[in-house]
Amino acid sequence: MPAIFRTCPETGLKIHGPAETLIKINAVVAVVFLAVGGLLGLLVAMTRWPAVHLLPAEWFYLVLTGHGINVLIFWIIFFEVAVLYFASAVLLNCRLATPKIAWAAFALMIVGSVMNNVAVFQGESSVMFTSYVPMPAKPHFYLGLILFAVGALVAVFVFFGTLVIAKQERTYEGSVPLVTFGAITAAIIAVFSITSGALALIPAFLWSIGLVSNVDSLMYRVIWWGLGHSSQQINVAAHVAVWYAIAALVLGAKPLSEKVSRTAFLLYIAFLQIASAHHILADPGIASEWKVFNTSYAMYLAVLGSMIHGMSIPGAIEAAQRRNGFTHGMFEWLRKGPWGNPAFAALVLSVVMFGIAGGITGVVLGAEQLNLLMHNTLYVPGHFHATVVAGTTLAFMGITYPLVPLIFRRELVMKKVAQWQPYLFGIGALGISLFMMGAGTLGVSRRHWDIAFTDAPVPYDYPPAAYLMLGLNGLFAIMATIGGILFVVVIVSSILFGAKRGEAEIKRNPVVFQGGAVAVSGYGSEGTLRLPGTVVLVSLFFVSFVLYYYINWKYLSEVWPLH
Amino acid sequence: MALTSPENRLWWKESLHGVEIVWISIAFLWGLVMFFTMIYWHIAGEQNLSNEAYRVDPEEYGRRVEDFAEQYKVREEGTTSIPVVRPPAGGDAYMIGRLWEWWPILELQKGQSYRLHLSSMDWLHGWSLQPTNINIEIHPNYEMIITIKPDQAGVFGVICNEYCGVGHSQMVGRIYVVD
Repeated sequence: MPAIFRTCPETGLKIHGPAETLIKINAVVAVVFLAVGGLLGLLVAMTRWPAVHLLPAEWFYLVLTGHGINVLIFWIIFFEVAVLYFASAVLLNCRLATPKIAWAAFALMIVGSVMNNVAVFQGESSVMFTSYVPMPAKPHFYLGLILFAVGALVAVFVFFGTLVIAKQERTYEGSVPLVTFGAITAAIIAVFSITSGALALIPAFLWSIGLVSNVDSLMYRVIWWGLGHSSQQINVAAHVAVWYAIAALVLGAKPLSEKVSRTAFLLYIAFLQIASAHHILADPGIASEWKVFNTSYAMYLAVLGSMIHGMSIPGAIEAAQRRNGFTHGMFEWLRKGPWGNPAFAALVLSVVMFGIAGGITGVVLGAEQLNLLMHNTLYVPGHFHATVVAGTTLAFMGITYPLVPLIFRRELVMKKVAQWQPYLFGIGALGISLFMMGAGTLGVSRRHWDIAFTDAPVPYDYPPAAYLMLGLNGLFAIMATIGGILFVVVIVSSILFGAKRGEAEIKRNPVVFQGGAVAVSGYGSEGTLRLPGTVVLVSLFFVSFVLYYYINWKYLSEVWPLH
Repeated sequence: MALTSPENRLWWKESLHGVEIVWISIAFLWGLVMFFTMIYWHIAGEQNLSNEAYRVDPEEYGRRVEDFAEQYKVREEGTTSIPVVRPPAGGDAYMIGRLWEWWPILELQKGQSYRLHLSSMDWLHGWSLQPTNINIEIHPNYEMIITIKPDQAGVFGVICNEYCGVGHSQMVGRIYVVD
């Protein structure tokens, strides 16, 4: 069936029509959920801001539940399905396996996500993203999530099927591209993660309709976090793959070493999943041995994977920029990067903020004893806004800019706005993250409507600095929201009203790096792999990591002795 | 590049560059240091969460806490007349988390150890001692026992930091530590 393929004039890739349509529809729906969930997030921040205190308590908890599920599950996973189809069918020059089943998966995901949102907005299901039993939600809250999970699982298997077809039909030579390898990592983690979700949510659903009398709250938390944390590890694998993809598209960057980057992904597959332990460190009756081993991903082997990517991504950017002629001094390659290209800006901001604000704090939060200082405080959402918003979401926004011309074949409109968008959104997200972590360090509870404790039987006052932190959190949330709205406006208007991309546009305004395929690094040869800038950046990162880690042990040593 | 298959089909046979070997070794060793820091703290540190916990029926637990409160009550406080209970130094102390209060209020002596029992009567709650900042997850059906030794005198708040419904933000208890 040659008719359903087109050849991409910019990359020479053969693109399967049904795959392309499915990529578009999944990405567009993802952006809709991002818009809905993001606006709900603004309402949350405006209520937390003590001087504004926008919503009443019932609405606050309802909106917070909707915010969490729409952005952490629906936005991210719809977009990841698009990434999986792209990394398999498009990058491997292959047809998508069973497009009809892929459509069925999409339909299930839509039905599930809408059903869950209906349950949340009807009230009586304000149980948060985590829906811990025995706090009850309505049956269709759980059922919606289960249907969505089944749909996502089917989509993951369509991806695996496509890999098999590509291999059988020999549509590529040698090994799959690194980006596809990263996508495979994400997909394997997704299978584990979605299965855990089913194991936690199906009993909860049966309990909600009265078929099961009791679900153990501790067991639920252990298994649910196999979904809750691992689903965010799908993000890590997916956005690291996206980082490599952006660097390749914009700068023609190559991985410094295929072996090193792929080994780092393998470490993710082997060790990331046990991180559900991060959430159980302050729970009763779980042995310290279990906690120490699992929370550290078996001696920090998955952290090792991230630290490897943390060098190989900036290293790949530096190597490419030096090849492109920016060879002066330590940092010319960085200073003269294409900062006006939103994909590049999003890439750099995402790498830096994910690594420093998200990664370091995550390790600290996940150290067994240090967790006592921060468990369930605002430090926790502070940490994961750095990883999931400043890291994953910004990376996904970044890759969307080149994908609109490549996949939708439209010119971007409002290019000036697009240039500023990653900065607004990224710095807004960073502020949200830092000020929540600040408030959390002062002890402020997460998921909390009123830090003044009005009507409590006995009063308690948080330090005044906590009020300031939550005010600043509100301001940066407004900034991030503006960034988010601009993203949606630019992308949607480009898709609807952007000029069709013909040969003239492609010549004038190429999306794919045009520097030619001159190999910079016969890898391993001494002369070509001098990356002084990267070495300095990585050293700075490492020193801040070590200092911040031990400062927290110092804090811990000052609290009441307990055992 | 990362979007195409590796140019060198035998990419796994490429040798590693010195810079990468150094960084991977540092990162690996740092992981070991962090891993053994947790173990070291179990031996030398004073803040380690207890592993002692029992399955318990919430009603039975509730009766025990009421007996405890009756036995050692010294006064009542707060808008809902919560008993303030002064357990014997070195002995057992109890606290209940329930919708939406921490019950009772404890009065402890500085520098003395107490076996503090914690459980929930209904949903999950978060026992967050402020401003000290000790945060523990409280489950129904599980009785957790931690040994604490308050080392500062003062008035401490016990906040609920696990979301537990619409009254969550009113769930505040108290612990006094007296010299």
